[in-house]
Amino acid sequence: MNLNEILQETVYFGAALSIFFYWLGTLIQKKWKLSILNPLLICLVLVILFLKIFHIDYETYDAGAKYITYFLTPATVCLALPLYRQMQILKKNLPAILISILLGCLAHFFVVWGIAALFHLDDALFLSFLPKSVTTPIALGISDKIGGLQEITVIGVTFAGLMGAILGPALLKLFGIRNPAAQGLALGSASHAVGTSKAVELGEIQAAMSSLAIVVTGILTVIICPLLLSVL
Amino acid sequence: MKYLIQIGIITAICFAGEILSVLLPFPVPSGVYGLILLFLLLCLGIIKPIQIQEISDFFMSILPILFISPSVKLMTSWELIADHLIAILVLLFLSTVCVTAVTGLTAQAMLQREANSGDELSKDGEGK
Repeated sequence: MNLNEILQETVYFGAALSIFFYWLGTLIQKKWKLSILNPLLICLVLVILFLKIFHIDYETYDAGAKYITYFLTPATVCLALPLYRQMQILKKNLPAILISILLGCLAHFFVVWGIAALFHLDDALFLSFLPKSVTTPIALGISDKIGGLQEITVIGVTFAGLMGAILGPALLKLFGIRNPAAQGLALGSASHAVGTSKAVELGEIQAAMSSLAIVVTGILTVIICPLLLSVL
Repeated sequence: MKYLIQIGIITAICFAGEILSVLLPFPVPSGVYGLILLFLLLCLGIIKPIQIQEISDFFMSILPILFISPSVKLMTSWELIADHLIAILVLLFLSTVCVTAVTGLTAQAMLQREANSGDELSKDGEGK
């Protein structure tokens, strides 16, 4: 029996491995205090290395790890609480919130379009990446509708999310975005729920605005992508 | 009992979100339907913030862990983009940076203007 076969008989392997490496990631970050040493990034690198070195299939790992992913739905639901608590900001600034997210969505469309044209990427690739700022199921729905490839869309969505969680605070600093509500909107509209996990660490206003941006960006992207494609 | 009720409320909303996701024709995940649903229930006062306080705090504190497995999955699919790897990485990187900058800077400019016209919402010490 090889290791993969033994682990196939277990259910807690993937979950235990994920949490252990994440914990290790938080220790490493505490020790060196570098924002690039993000616990999520460290954890991903270590998990993938571990699986590769010991020849363990992703399916064997996910058989356990999927029970962590199971909590994604209730966690998303709970984002309603910070949003409700920051209702005053939402009510007072609705136009600013909607306009900034709309401009972000439009900018995303044209940047993806421009870079794809620059590198002569296939239409299938270009279409697959158009919905990458939104949460996975919405992105997959849009990708399917406009003729993208779902497997490639998932890569784009994952990348956008991880970038927000890992580089988000550095980018906010680089562009001088200091307003808490603006920080949340930026993270949520570029990096969906994964970016929101970083927004939650920054503060409650950031968390609320980032959660809101997930919903609004999702809706706007559903409308904008097919519309602009039919015009271009 | 307190925790059981909190878990019960959130689980019930997740289930309602799943039902909506099945019945409605939009590609919206059940979690997002649930988020909207819980937000409405809070606004209507049917659910009080205190009734979901601890479970919400718990989930907020473990949020990043929930994305580990879906992200590790990249190891099985990255070959799909291997042919155009550099171009695609540039595209993914720049487009994400661009949204962060455009949305963030627009929001900041508009919120600040509003703040300067007489309330103290964006108190980041700027422009005062």
